[in-house]
Amino acid sequence: MTQLLSEILTKYNYWIYITLMMIGLYAMIAKNNLVKKIVGMNIFQTAIILFYVSIGSKKGGTIPIIKHDHGAASHVVHAAEYINPLPHVLMLTAIVVSVATLGVALALAIKIYHRYQSLEEDEILAQIREK
Amino acid sequence: MKAAGLLIVILTGGLLIYATADFPPWAYPQSPASTHVSPRYIEKSIEETAVPNVVTAVLADYRGYDTMFETTVIFAAGVACFLLLRIRVEEGPEEQLFRHSLTGMTIRIKDGRKAPSDLEEFERIDAHWVPQDLIIKTVCRILIPFIQLFALYVIAFGHHSPGGGFQGGVILGASVIVLAMSHDLRSSLQRMGEKVNALLCAAGVLIYAGTGALCLAMGENFLDYGILAPLFRCDPVMARSNGIFMVEIGVGIAVMATMIRIYNNVSSAGRYDEGL
Amino acid sequence: MSQHYPVLLVTVPLLSAFLISISGWLNKRLCFPIAVAALASASFFSAGLLSKVIHKNVVLYRLGGWAPPWGIAYRVDYLNGLVLVVVSLVALINLISTYRSVEREFSEKLGAFYTLYVLFVTGLLGITVTGDAFNLYVLLEIASLTGYGLIAMGEEDRAPLASLNYVYMGTIGACFYLLGIGYLYIVTGSLNMADISAILPSLYQSRAVLSAFIICMVGVWLKMAFFPLHAWLPNAYTFAPSAASSLIAPLMTKVMVYVMLRLMLTVFTPDFVFSAIDINRSIVWLAVIAISMGAILALTARNLKKMLTYIIVAEVGYMVGGAWLGNRAGMTGAILHLVNDALMTLCVFLVVGNIVYRMKGHSFEDLRGLFRKMPFTMGAFAIGALSIIGVPPTCGFFSKWYLLWGGIQAGHYAFVAALLFSSLVNVVLFFRIFEIGYYESPTEAHGGGHSQGSIEEAPLSMLVPLYLVAVGLVVVGLYTGAIVNNVIRLAVPPGIV
Repeated sequence: MTQLLSEILTKYNYWIYITLMMIGLYAMIAKNNLVKKIVGMNIFQTAIILFYVSIGSKKGGTIPIIKHDHGAASHVVHAAEYINPLPHVLMLTAIVVSVATLGVALALAIKIYHRYQSLEEDEILAQIREK
Repeated sequence: MKAAGLLIVILTGGLLIYATADFPPWAYPQSPASTHVSPRYIEKSIEETAVPNVVTAVLADYRGYDTMFETTVIFAAGVACFLLLRIRVEEGPEEQLFRHSLTGMTIRIKDGRKAPSDLEEFERIDAHWVPQDLIIKTVCRILIPFIQLFALYVIAFGHHSPGGGFQGGVILGASVIVLAMSHDLRSSLQRMGEKVNALLCAAGVLIYAGTGALCLAMGENFLDYGILAPLFRCDPVMARSNGIFMVEIGVGIAVMATMIRIYNNVSSAGRYDEGL
Repeated sequence: MSQHYPVLLVTVPLLSAFLISISGWLNKRLCFPIAVAALASASFFSAGLLSKVIHKNVVLYRLGGWAPPWGIAYRVDYLNGLVLVVVSLVALINLISTYRSVEREFSEKLGAFYTLYVLFVTGLLGITVTGDAFNLYVLLEIASLTGYGLIAMGEEDRAPLASLNYVYMGTIGACFYLLGIGYLYIVTGSLNMADISAILPSLYQSRAVLSAFIICMVGVWLKMAFFPLHAWLPNAYTFAPSAASSLIAPLMTKVMVYVMLRLMLTVFTPDFVFSAIDINRSIVWLAVIAISMGAILALTARNLKKMLTYIIVAEVGYMVGGAWLGNRAGMTGAILHLVNDALMTLCVFLVVGNIVYRMKGHSFEDLRGLFRKMPFTMGAFAIGALSIIGVPPTCGFFSKWYLLWGGIQAGHYAFVAALLFSSLVNVVLFFRIFEIGYYESPTEAHGGGHSQGSIEEAPLSMLVPLYLVAVGLVVVGLYTGAIVNNVIRLAVPPGIV
């Protein structure tokens, strides 16, 4: 029991991201409203961003901006003093991607709303079937 | 659907949790992620690119190619929003509404007669009653120059502090969006028209890709800024730093213009009228 | 110069896309020529790359001059060399062929349409050429976003909803892939494919690696519409504008099949996929279900384009099944079918484009008497149909032959039966179309003022590229031996026997 507890406590970052991600996934599958699905999609993507950023952290590390004096390029830098910059870079990309997807998804939702005057998926499908 | 959703969620969550058993604990300094590739970035970035902010160095140099496509993603989203939503609204023979900004009186012009476009005191509105918020408008007017100044600082100082083209570009775009929200879309379109905006979108990414192509034209690999040293009159390491700055400017322009473009299209459903 | 081919292949279309976007605002007539020039040069570079791979060996390129695990590297070998040629050629032919219909459907937004078109192709080429797992994700998103935009411009009533559903499913797929790469990054610390696969063997027993593999696979399957994850595909492709559907339908799913093969063969290596974990037979069973369900669903369609989309679902099952059989013949069949299916799908979707251009619809009613009205278009359709059914000497026969042979060698008779069943269903499907097109006379409502039997063929600019593809189907079929011996045989790693 204590082992399980310590397992959870040392890896709580993963548990949090998984919980968030599953909330997003559930919203995307089960919700009827198109905009709620888009919100779910965003939660889903943000959870992955959280996951990556949490990989980057290092105990005892600070933000990856190297302390330097002017002209002292020979100053030795220890990697252990700074957190891992790579996941942050990757997540800048993922943030941009999620913004871009959000923009396009909202544009589509607007187009659908103008055509059907509704954002509820079942109402729209009913309207399509009537024709 | 709800039951199916729950089942999928439980299965996926179970798989993901199952995998965490073999992960290193959180923030463990000896984990592979922290020891294999990334230490070189931290230890060498000043030596190789003269950029103290490692995230900027990795973003725009070591993995600069990714970032070019990242900017392209945002550009593509802007074009897609335009393609999806933009519609040409017929300036029909119906009525047009104008408000006299000093007295608040609304005049209506019917049947396509000439609008008082030469009069500065009149502003075009779409509904009979449009709220007029003096405080919000004034505060935004005062704030916008400072927001823009800060945005330029964020772009320019990305080498030494958190910041860079994306962050600065978004802030710059936000300044124009604030204008559109506090006034209306028309007044922001007067400052930055649709065509200028669209050209800026493409120009920004073109600066990025063009910098890469310049390196190629000068005989090195794509995006190898070191070769640009003769152009900047400095050593190859400093040239990398300058090359990074060039692409950051491109990113800033592209992101700013695209944010505004997405906002313009989405907020007015492509009609480019009053907006929200 | 030729050492820069890998990057030129991607960046020339990329730069052209921006130029197209600018010229869309300044001078619309320039958009199409720039697009053609961009894709023609991409085809040239990809052909150059393939011949370089055949004559020398693997081509490597360091972007920004940084060595691989730290920088991004391009790596062209036999597998992606072949796929690159297919992608760039299919995109080029489709671009030229659909000039008229794009002009008609997008007259006001030509710039935006061609920008997205070229960016989509850039994305696919980038996915195919890259040797970096994360770079692949970024380009995947470019291809998907532009795809969403292009698809949603189709039929006013249905296309936006279909596209939005595609956005949901596509985002889940891409995010799963990203998550899988993140899991690999945690345990290996690297993003470069070659580097990951060098580190992985000591970790084959790790649960994290197994989960990473499963998550990546599910993500890629979502993107390629492997049955039960196919729900987005039929509507998205059916309601897309014809120029976009004949671009996206042949390419998107095939490139995702390539990504699956790349993950199986390079990142995770066959040792892991076929030996360390024992799931390949059950995956082939999934493929059997995919093939059968695709075929059955195609039978229920009352609309030519929708029928073809279900055939795509079945064809994806062929390729997944072939790849997972775990023997040389199956893998060869899967790669060969990837090439052939791109061409076959292009052929039949171009035909649909021509029909829509003239008849304004693609339901079965619109096809009545079409053999008399559009004899040349339907002639090409017949060749495409025969190839999809798998009649020699068209190329579809040969890849199916390899797949069947692989199934027999692996002793997976259900897969063999599913292949035969789906071929049989294809016969029924296409002969039903032939029957409608040949024997039934057009109804008055559609015949309009025209006298019966008059020819209303599509314009020459659409027919010539179509015939190029149709003849290509036979030529590729006749040269199957050369393709297999010179390229595919070397693309399959020696570990697979």
